[in-house]
Amino acid sequence: MMPGSMAELLFDSILVLTLLAVALSILALRQAFAAVLAFVTYGLLLAIAWVRLGSVDVALTEAAIGAGVTGVLLIAAASRLRRSIPIADKASPGIPMRIAVGALCATISAALVAAVLHLPTPAPGQALAAVANLPSTGLGNPVTGVLLAYRAIDTLLEAVVLVLVLLGDWSMAPDGQWGGRPGPRLAPEVNGPLGLLVSVLPPVGILIGIHIFWIGADMPGGAFQGGTILGAMWILTWMAGRTAPPHTSSERLRLVLVVGPALFLVAGFAGIVFAEAFLAYPEGWAKPLIIGIEAALTVSIAAALAMLVAGWPSREAPR
Amino acid sequence: MTYTLHVLSIISISAGLLFFLAGTVGLLRLPDTLSRLHALTKADNLGLGLIVLGLLFQAPGLLGGIKLILVWLLVLFGSAATSQLIARLARERRSSR
Amino acid sequence: MNGVTLFGIASALLVGLGLYGLVLSAGPLRRILAFNVLGSGIFLLFGVVARRGAAGGVGGDPVPHAIIITGLVVAFAASALAVQLMLRLSEVRAADRAGANNPDNEKPGAGDQQP
Repeated sequence: MMPGSMAELLFDSILVLTLLAVALSILALRQAFAAVLAFVTYGLLLAIAWVRLGSVDVALTEAAIGAGVTGVLLIAAASRLRRSIPIADKASPGIPMRIAVGALCATISAALVAAVLHLPTPAPGQALAAVANLPSTGLGNPVTGVLLAYRAIDTLLEAVVLVLVLLGDWSMAPDGQWGGRPGPRLAPEVNGPLGLLVSVLPPVGILIGIHIFWIGADMPGGAFQGGTILGAMWILTWMAGRTAPPHTSSERLRLVLVVGPALFLVAGFAGIVFAEAFLAYPEGWAKPLIIGIEAALTVSIAAALAMLVAGWPSREAPR
Repeated sequence: MTYTLHVLSIISISAGLLFFLAGTVGLLRLPDTLSRLHALTKADNLGLGLIVLGLLFQAPGLLGGIKLILVWLLVLFGSAATSQLIARLARERRSSR
Repeated sequence: MNGVTLFGIASALLVGLGLYGLVLSAGPLRRILAFNVLGSGIFLLFGVVARRGAAGGVGGDPVPHAIIITGLVVAFAASALAVQLMLRLSEVRAADRAGANNPDNEKPGAGDQQP
């Protein structure tokens, strides 16, 4: 074995062991808050694992969504739960139950290990086909090609899912609060570290978010990663009290939330008329259409993710 | 030339990792929040700085180098601000006790 | 044994670990975390399959990679909905408890305000 690949194997072994140890601590740590922090650590380690597995696109998504936005959501939830009555709504299961469930889970893991060890060689895959057809889309990043051309239907449905989940979230509003603002009222922070952070970071962050979306056409990045960064900047201005989450009845907000999926859908139907099928792009129009859809998706994703973190409308219901 | 650059990279990144190690030991061993923060931010910022310096010797071009430095500056800024926030919270907890 | 197989084994263990936590954890927040660990194990398994399918000068099969990205976003959306349901439930329970301890307090939805 080459010394280089030996070093890589060593690195991978340490990474995998750390991942498993941190995953165990997520479930075993007594304090909920500590478990949430372990989960954020786990997400960042996973991002490194994705780089090792050759996918910078997934690594960026994992770091931005899996560790970043999920982290904000869970940290906020854990600190709010800490102030309220604990809701352990299940009795702690007895030893026989633990053994039975443990045996079941161990069996599933063992079966999966066996499947991994017997994966066929050479591995079947779509990589060659994806790369070979990429010139017809005008893109340079095959993952973006899959997301917005080959399997555009998945991405369209996912964009719709985000809107539906947000509707579900808003539906939890108490009576009389529908259409109000979500989240707590915060005093604006002018001085201090948060004030400094919110003065300097959003301009840079917005630039980086747009950059990540833009280079996604040819290099790792795209609408989801860029949109998440934009959403995070919006959340930051809420946390510092510089802006507040908008009324959920705001027409501007609703327009921003649906513009991505709506444009995607329109482009899809236009494909029936101007190309061969639903979500097919007319020849020579693929790249501008994809970039346009992605730009709208980026904005919608940013708004949807941020509003999902904010929660249900709970104050200042419009009269 | 490439050989010298590789050696410079290795020296710089190793020194950076040493600072990370020191910071981690401090995080695990020091008794209270403020001194743990002190160990962490000082060591990690310098550690990351040295790693970025080491990677600069391998940077593909001017733009790549600027991006690396930007990453370092953003981490520096973010961790400085968040450690201030944590320190303030720790002080409030202590005085309310 | 190579690095990719190592990640494959890790993904299998993460699925088992996450499932165990999902079934047996008492608190809802912990169950949400366990659900995410379970999901990450499945994504990692996809990633291993994608890495093995690397060809044509790309680091891995882009089809599973795109599905993982879609999955990560949907997993976040599901977690967000679960977290908000959990918080709302804890508010409603706190309001019920306050109402039960204090019979004068008959105003419905007294605890409905988010803190």
